[in-house]
Amino acid sequence: MARVVVDVMLKPEILDPQGKAVHGALDRLGFEGVSSVRQGKRFEIELAGMATPEAVAEIEKAASTLLSNPVIEDFSLRVEP
Amino acid sequence: MTIGVVTFPGSLDDSDALRAVRIASGDAVSLWHGDADLRGVDAVVLPGGFSYGDYLRCGAIARFAPIMEPLIDAARGGMPILGICNGFQVLCEAHLLPGALVRNDHRKFVCRDQRLRIENASTAWTSSYEDGQEIVIPLKNGEGGFVADDATLDRLEGEGRVVARYLECNPNGSYRDIAGVANERGNVVGLMPHPEHAVETLTGPSTDGLGFFTSVLMSMAAA
Repeated sequence: MARVVVDVMLKPEILDPQGKAVHGALDRLGFEGVSSVRQGKRFEIELAGMATPEAVAEIEKAASTLLSNPVIEDFSLRVEP
Repeated sequence: MTIGVVTFPGSLDDSDALRAVRIASGDAVSLWHGDADLRGVDAVVLPGGFSYGDYLRCGAIARFAPIMEPLIDAARGGMPILGICNGFQVLCEAHLLPGALVRNDHRKFVCRDQRLRIENASTAWTSSYEDGQEIVIPLKNGEGGFVADDATLDRLEGEGRVVARYLECNPNGSYRDIAGVANERGNVVGLMPHPEHAVETLTGPSTDGLGFFTSVLMSMAAA
């Protein structure tokens, strides 16, 4: 069994109202020294078998078709030991 | 002329869309997201709502519903397809239309009667209007901000594919005040505001929305 983690973030040029709301709340709560917040998504995908190159390639395909929208988002993928 | 309206789990405005088709003197056909074919309809409306609970991204899961396979083929073959609100999001997720819809820049849900300008009255869904005509129809969305990169926006403007633009205020942060766009051929149109809610004076701010439905019926009759 292996786990693949996919992180999805809005592209830098896309406004992130949720991140801005979180930033505003941090300011109100007195957390200082924060210059900006951007919020993303993390998917933890448990594979039924080993993280073979083929299995990881399948998840990469899923990440670029369903898990992220390439028009507005970037993703990164890693296999967890 | 039959116009199908697809119901996804979480669709809200399918009944109003079917009703608008009937008021425009079209034959309205209910389609189900799990259907594998389009039941021989001549055009399709993807209605507003919250398909699949807006999980993942608005429209992201609906885009892979079984009915989308024949719908995408039909759209590429020239069938008129209108995506309203959530339907617009589905069409962008399916890459039948460029760009994407993101959360409103002011973070609040917006619900108002919205003034628009029809920028292109030559698409399958806008031919009943005149270029530059102003209309007022309801707008209601939480994630209605139309975004695309500058090159795409320039191309859309240059090719006349901005179908409608917000007037008086930009209600959701859409780039260049864009309320609706079309594909290259003009048969696929996405619109964030709701023409299907403005087809009767009893319940709408106007009957300005009816033109979208009469347009497609006329364009199909002419074809």
